[in-house]
Amino acid sequence: MTKRTIKIINELGIHARPAGMIANTASRFACDIRLVKDGMEVNAKSIMGIMTLAAGKGSAIEITAKGSDEGEAVAALADLFEKKFDED
Amino acid sequence: MLIKKGVPASLGIAIGKAHIVKEENILIEQKDVPPEKIKAEVKRFKEALDKTKLDLDAIRGKILNVLGKQHAKLIDAHHLILQDPLITKEVPKLIVSKGMNAEFALSEILDKAEEQFEKIDDEFFHERKHDIFDVGKKIISNLVNSKKTSLKDLKDPVIIVAHNLYPSDTLHIRESNKVLGFCMDLGSKSSHTAIFAQSMGIPAVVGLSDISRQIQSGDTLVVDGEQGMVIISPTTEIIEKYKVRKEELQKQEHFFHRLKGLPATTRDGHKISLMCNLDSAEDAPELPAVKSEGVGLYRTEFLYMNRDSVPTEEEQLTAYSSVVKAAPGIPLTIRTADIGGDRATQLGIKGLKDERNPFMGFRGIRLFIKYPELLKTQLRAIYKANTEGNIKVMIPMLSSADELLTVKRIAADVKTELAEEGFSVGKDPEFGVMVEIPAAAIILDSLLGEIDFVSIGTNDLVQYTLAVDRINQYVSELYEPFHPAVLRLINLVVQTAHKKGKPVSVCGEMASDPYAIPLLIGLGVDILSVPAKMYLRSKHSVRSMSFEKFTGIAQRALSMATSDEIRRLVEEEVK
Repeated sequence: MTKRTIKIINELGIHARPAGMIANTASRFACDIRLVKDGMEVNAKSIMGIMTLAAGKGSAIEITAKGSDEGEAVAALADLFEKKFDED
Repeated sequence: MLIKKGVPASLGIAIGKAHIVKEENILIEQKDVPPEKIKAEVKRFKEALDKTKLDLDAIRGKILNVLGKQHAKLIDAHHLILQDPLITKEVPKLIVSKGMNAEFALSEILDKAEEQFEKIDDEFFHERKHDIFDVGKKIISNLVNSKKTSLKDLKDPVIIVAHNLYPSDTLHIRESNKVLGFCMDLGSKSSHTAIFAQSMGIPAVVGLSDISRQIQSGDTLVVDGEQGMVIISPTTEIIEKYKVRKEELQKQEHFFHRLKGLPATTRDGHKISLMCNLDSAEDAPELPAVKSEGVGLYRTEFLYMNRDSVPTEEEQLTAYSSVVKAAPGIPLTIRTADIGGDRATQLGIKGLKDERNPFMGFRGIRLFIKYPELLKTQLRAIYKANTEGNIKVMIPMLSSADELLTVKRIAADVKTELAEEGFSVGKDPEFGVMVEIPAAAIILDSLLGEIDFVSIGTNDLVQYTLAVDRINQYVSELYEPFHPAVLRLINLVVQTAHKKGKPVSVCGEMASDPYAIPLLIGLGVDILSVPAKMYLRSKHSVRSMSFEKFTGIAQRALSMATSDEIRRLVEEEVK
């Protein structure tokens, strides 16, 4: 299992578009990926789940992945957060 | 009382209560699915997902055009919702484990998601739930088609008020037989609903922009299909006035009925052929009812509607034969189906992507050449139905000689096939092309060697000549059948065809316009094909005009620069 905690630094938080990017990226991997915020856990491949996290700027999210490609998956997702989901 | 101006789409006056057709009001029923049907239920759900995906693609194209890329991204999010495991995995799981129907299982999942969203304090995130329910609604409407059933089950006579109606809706309206009139936000004089309303003789006003949001079901309305007006909550005086006018119109109708069986000959003895357009075999009894000389356009698209498989040869043969039987001995011009890619997808033809601009896209003979089996099936049915030798075949959306040769080759193959199967093919049906795309008008001389007749579909010819989408409210004003370019193209077609002795018919909406009729005949058009409800009225127009006079007027119109001048000239002369 690979785990990583990451802080949301983009201005708008995880609204529809970033949630879409996360679900899209997560869906490319075979492993099971979960996002946890304040004890609430959702499937990272589910855009609806991700949006219900209501993760605004400054909140912390834990990414956990389990499966053959878990390392790559977590790295790819963390990369999205760090690049602020390509927001200007 | 409030008066709304729109576009007069079908003559007549209707007075009655409004019935608003809403697209979103869908009642979801819980039904138990028996174990042996579970697999089919899951499949039905998956198909609704596929259909929704296509719908979203279509919307995306429109948004991209109108609002730009940033907005189109929202649709990308909608696509992701469609692929969300909650929907793709959890819904089928519920169907299987609980034996629930797909609609109910989906609404259960959506309700749960909504609950989660309700818990969110942050307003911004909270509002995102609309994105989800938008998609959910689309899937559900693709599952239940509920508004259509509601139209079919109308109990009392009503005036239908809608944002837009789809061809499949009109089919249900026909079945309900309870519709007094139509009011629509969108549409123009030649949109599908208008054509449908004319053929049913139902008064209609379209292009009313937002009427479906301004009134409520049960409001009293007057639909004035002559002036293109809708009066909301009219006063008693107004209602009385319209009742009188309605009676006058009925008297006029009565007068037209006396023309039944009389020839369509101008005052000065020039005879033309006046025929009917036919939308479906069910309407065939109207042909003897008005004593039509023939069918100038049998639209076969209805055979392909409201179903998920292509109509078989047998079904088509039954339909065509029933028309031949209902109106024996008169020419029957069958147009091969002018269906688009979206319809083909619903009929189970795989691999078609939604198009950004279907009017310029994959429809008519283009689609049938790509899927020759569809054309073959239709031609086989036509050959078999042609026992009396009166059937003609008309090719829609033709734009090149290559397409014509391909169709003729396929027709020859079909004939050989039938002969090999021991079916005695009688007389070859005549072949003709629809001139709808200006290219066909311009190259007509190169097509004439292969065809027996030419038919001008003015609705599409106007649309393609002027590059005006007739259902686009921003440009629908530019849709002008009296545009000099249109008249000159019609003139070119008539002159070219007559040089080779081939007759020209007009089967668009112009053919029943009392101002266009004398102009078309003046240009030399030989056949007019009109909705059955307009047949006798149109005959009156023909019988009231002088051919000699309008030959001259048509020549003058051809030299005019603007449609206004042409309209003034014609309106002056048609009294």
